[in-house]
Amino acid sequence: MTGGQAGRLRHAEHVMGTVVSFDVPACAGQDGPARAGEAGGSAGNRAGGAIGQAVRWLHWVDGTFSPYREDSDVSRFGAGEVSLAQCAPELTEVLEACAAVSALSGGYFTTEPGGRFDPSGYVKGWAIERAAAMITAAGSAEHSVNGGGDVQCVGDRGSGQPWRIGIADPLRPGTLALVVAGRDFAVATSGVAERGPHIVNPHTGHPATDLASVTVVGRGLTLTDAYATAAFAMGSGARDWVESLDGYEAFAITSRGADWQTSGFRAYLT
Amino acid sequence: MRRVILTIVGTIAGLVALLSFKSHLPTVPSASVSNTGGSTSTGGSSTAGSSSTAGTSGTGGSPAPSSSAATVPGEFPMGSLAGKLPAGETAVTGHVATTVYGPVQIQLIMRNSKIVKVAVLQQPMNTANDIQIGEFAFPKLIGETLTAQTAKIDAVSGASYTSAGYIQSLQSALDNRA
Repeated sequence: MTGGQAGRLRHAEHVMGTVVSFDVPACAGQDGPARAGEAGGSAGNRAGGAIGQAVRWLHWVDGTFSPYREDSDVSRFGAGEVSLAQCAPELTEVLEACAAVSALSGGYFTTEPGGRFDPSGYVKGWAIERAAAMITAAGSAEHSVNGGGDVQCVGDRGSGQPWRIGIADPLRPGTLALVVAGRDFAVATSGVAERGPHIVNPHTGHPATDLASVTVVGRGLTLTDAYATAAFAMGSGARDWVESLDGYEAFAITSRGADWQTSGFRAYLT
Repeated sequence: MRRVILTIVGTIAGLVALLSFKSHLPTVPSASVSNTGGSTSTGGSSTAGSSSTAGTSGTGGSPAPSSSAATVPGEFPMGSLAGKLPAGETAVTGHVATTVYGPVQIQLIMRNSKIVKVAVLQQPMNTANDIQIGEFAFPKLIGETLTAQTAKIDAVSGASYTSAGYIQSLQSALDNRA
């Protein structure tokens, strides 16, 4: 590592089937990159400790909410093996929140996207936003957590500069469609890239195909991510829907290569 | 610089693991892969021949740390470039990340503190499937690396989320050197 940098602390954790990347710029004063999980007195080490706590939280979420683990609460509840009361109380919290998003989106957001119980469309953003909040609670005013493409930014990127988040172009892999900039904001993208169509329109039972990707920008990642999932399932109707949501903007690339954005999205363009 | 390498290698290892899993079960994007990613983020072990880039103008002094570098298909350099660099470029070789699918090792070629090339020294080569994954994943990741560097971004939002994580990690490391 070369000298002269402002002591940013970073960590990439493999969890929840993805890579969750932490970036904490305001760690000046540390001698070297503190490792996640280390405790100590310096700002860097405090941030490292907070990242360690956030990492443990994410692994706990994975073990509790993964629909791919037979012993998770989600799998056992979905199979009818246990009652909701026998599960972690967070599952109740998540289910209530999912019901609210489902109602708000006219049913386009669902906890049974593939015909079986799977609240993942809500859980990932929720887990990442809470991880970011843990780092805030530890005293950091500036950091970002990127849950494999869904990003929660807190404060700015350091030195008063806004965070710059590239939006991947789903039709031209390896390139960016545009860059958004902001402070205290969340950016979530739903799309077909790399994993193939996997978001089903619950009203038809078929994969949503109008859009190649839709990016939603908002304050907190929990709802921003859930709305992005709903918007993708909605397809062409998503523009008017996001326009009706206070505090959220969207940018979409259609499967034919056209693009659109909601009226307030330009505030995020650089 | 070591941290740059660790982050890059760790994320590539994770991507390889994920793609490997996905290609076995193409219709089931899996969260359970999280157990399998090569965990390299704490690898404080000695980086093989990590050459300093700050203010140096000589060619890289990074010998290929392994004589068994696999031949990697695709349109990107295979094997170490350390011995054949023009003046002003240096090579930085990452340590070997062990994944459940096999070893992954990459090398960055730097000029004026910018990445100009990425070479793959080792990737899992045990099955035809591994090779297909390498053909798909590495050129894509390398292209994204160079794009991210140009755009001066902190992170990437996109549905191709493992790639995005990779870019984010790399770009963060690049910012750190500025």
